[in-house]
Amino acid sequence: MGSLFNALHTSIDAGAVILIAAMGSLLAERSGMLNLGMEGMMALGAVAAVVAAGQLTSPLLCLLVGIAAGALCGLVFGVVTAVIRANQVLTGLALVLLGVGLANRIGTDFAGTPMSTTFSSWPIPLLHEIPYIGRALFSHDPIVYVAYLVLPAAASYVLFRTRHGLNVRAIGENAAAADAAGLRVTATRTIYATIGGALAGMAGGWLVLSLTPTWTQNVTGGRGWVAIALVIFAYWRPWRVVGGALLFGGMISLGFLAQDQNWGIPAPVLAMLPYVLTLVLIVLPAFVPSIRARRAGAAPAGLTLPFYREAR
Amino acid sequence: MYDPQPPDVQNDQTVACADARATVVEMADIWKAFDDFQALSGASLELQAGEIHALLGENGAGKTTLSNVLTGIYRPDVGTIRLDGEQRRFHSPAQAIAAGLGMVHQHFRLVEPLTVAENIHLGRPELPRRLSRRRLISETAQAMEQYGLTVNPTARIWQLSIGEQQRVEILRVLLRGARVLILDEPTAVLTPSEATELFAVLRRLAASGRTIVFISHKLHEVLAVSDRVTILRRGMNVATRPAAKMTPEKLAKLMTGTERVMEAPRPSKGRGKPVLELRNVSARGDRGLVSVREASCTVHEGEIVGVAGVSGNGQRELTEIATGLRHPFEGTVAIDGQDLTARLPGDFVSAGVGHVPEDRIGSAIVPSATVVDNAVLRAFRTGELSRAGVMRRGAVRVFTDRLVTAADVQLPDIDVPIANLSGGNQQRFVARREAWAADRLLVAAHPTRGLDVRAADQVREVVLDRRDAGCAVLLVSDDLDELLAVSDRIVVMYEGRIKGDFTAAKARRKEIGYLMGGGDLVGGAGAEAPS
Repeated sequence: MGSLFNALHTSIDAGAVILIAAMGSLLAERSGMLNLGMEGMMALGAVAAVVAAGQLTSPLLCLLVGIAAGALCGLVFGVVTAVIRANQVLTGLALVLLGVGLANRIGTDFAGTPMSTTFSSWPIPLLHEIPYIGRALFSHDPIVYVAYLVLPAAASYVLFRTRHGLNVRAIGENAAAADAAGLRVTATRTIYATIGGALAGMAGGWLVLSLTPTWTQNVTGGRGWVAIALVIFAYWRPWRVVGGALLFGGMISLGFLAQDQNWGIPAPVLAMLPYVLTLVLIVLPAFVPSIRARRAGAAPAGLTLPFYREAR
Repeated sequence: MYDPQPPDVQNDQTVACADARATVVEMADIWKAFDDFQALSGASLELQAGEIHALLGENGAGKTTLSNVLTGIYRPDVGTIRLDGEQRRFHSPAQAIAAGLGMVHQHFRLVEPLTVAENIHLGRPELPRRLSRRRLISETAQAMEQYGLTVNPTARIWQLSIGEQQRVEILRVLLRGARVLILDEPTAVLTPSEATELFAVLRRLAASGRTIVFISHKLHEVLAVSDRVTILRRGMNVATRPAAKMTPEKLAKLMTGTERVMEAPRPSKGRGKPVLELRNVSARGDRGLVSVREASCTVHEGEIVGVAGVSGNGQRELTEIATGLRHPFEGTVAIDGQDLTARLPGDFVSAGVGHVPEDRIGSAIVPSATVVDNAVLRAFRTGELSRAGVMRRGAVRVFTDRLVTAADVQLPDIDVPIANLSGGNQQRFVARREAWAADRLLVAAHPTRGLDVRAADQVREVVLDRRDAGCAVLLVSDDLDELLAVSDRIVVMYEGRIKGDFTAAKARRKEIGYLMGGGDLVGGAGAEAPS
């Protein structure tokens, strides 16, 4: 029984990284910006936090450094694709190679050394004392609560309950229409690419400041890609991303649980689970027409499309 | 250039008469080039308060470009814009909107997944930061009542008919305080009754002192609705005249520079063997609903069969069945007696079927590819153009030049992307290419939609030439005049069924209209048994 709740605790933590990154991708995609460079921005956010931890004592400040690194990457992506109108897919792929490579190069000196500062858990008074569930749900570090409650609530509110969110969605769906209505397409897309980068950097930073509190080469391990897939799986809706992140977290912790309980499944097979799940979820619409129709309708129609006002 | 008219010449129905004739907008000597294409060469426009001002011209004459310059979408290379006598320069649509210039685009600028209320309020500075659904809806309903334009505020744009979408677009522009309302070919997508409704709305708006710019190339509409007409040709002004003094012939002459010769319908030389044979075909539309029901139709050599009907009654699906793009779930499709049911579109092409589709950008051309590449899309496999799978560059260019000349396409250079051509040029290009590809059967859906008088005549000529060369033609159009002028037989589609089969000579407009509206002929008056 106890190990099951331990697994739930691990699921929530493991899912949080993907959740933060996915929320960033979701916000950028809602404005029409698909940044495939999530993995690279996460890696740079992580290594920035690692470097910062050598100088700073507060984990929150280290995280802010990670966020800043990611935001800078997102801003570059935004300028290159929205202002200069380079191809989003190619720019994103370049960002993956650059980000991961650069992070590994910078991280070489830090590899293997435990982080000097990490987030510690904030048990929620009273609630965490509930047997089993209390520890599983209410004794995480503060960023986890932010990831699961504040981020989706804020994203959902801004996108669907404010004038600004209406503008962002309109820009993502049909930039020409939004422009004709007098909205600032290029500026909004650049800003949202930056927000997406900031959240990717936050995901990377938190990864090394809490989940695996040490730098290892390729520490992000494809989580950036999973985040992009998760947004599709969640039909571009913030609260669905939360559900999806828990599912992915669950897959990761299932691997740990299986090892812990000696189920006799080889560890590499278990480690594959989240990626296999990603693959299955992406391929699923090919076989289920209803999912295909839903996904096609949910995607922002202007995703990856550059906007030229004078295009004829 | 514009020649001033005394203020009293128009049959003025507007109330704001005394000060209404004040000049609101003055555009002078506007030049605008796209890459190598000179769209405007010193065009000008003068608009007065409370008038409906038609902007008339052939495709590519610069009507849309001129209005896009006025509304800040394009920046002119040279030229001045004066608003209320004050010189203005707009860097974005937002600035033009703020100055009271609103545009209703030909391709609506609406965000499909959003609701009517959300679209109407999009970009309005008065919109509160925090959205209240209820408030959005109530304000939308209020505006609809004020302007007499009603649509369900909670419906999403994709659920609306084209006419309703246009109302949303107009409302949106009005709500932003537009004093000058520019409508780019607003009737191109409307049914005749929707167009009549629109004209009433426009007259009301003009009567309230607003200026309406009505871009069109339909002469009778221009004369019916506008106070003054400005005619553009090749990016330059030809004339500005009070509509009351004009006739369709005079307008056509000013537009094209030549007197329009009304072609008398050319009768068929007689029909031959059946080419296209549809037997009891039923098929589903894009949304999975049955949109063609047990339709049977035969088209013979040397015969044009016109398909009449209100759009959306299965005509598009019918043309797709006849070209192999859509597979019927029952019934058979045969070309020259060969059963092609459930075969690939390529097999139809091999059988000599050409297709001018309704949506030319989506399915007839590759917009980003060059004119050369688009020209050979059909014929590239022939020995003339390729050998052992390798294109013969010289032959391809010669072929393209021939096609472009034959289709009277105006373009700087055959190596530009075809997207740079105006819609009319693209349409002529596609019609000619497909006519060349059609040895046995030409399927044409709305081939003249959106074309000006001369271009439409040219395309009709292409269709008639194919018929006279012994090809079978299936022609879908929502322009009944065109069908009556060109077709040898006319069938009517209603809710996916083919009803009525008229010899064009015996066809009566009233009967066809009755069938189009869902009526049934009693006793088969005027109808013929399908052969």
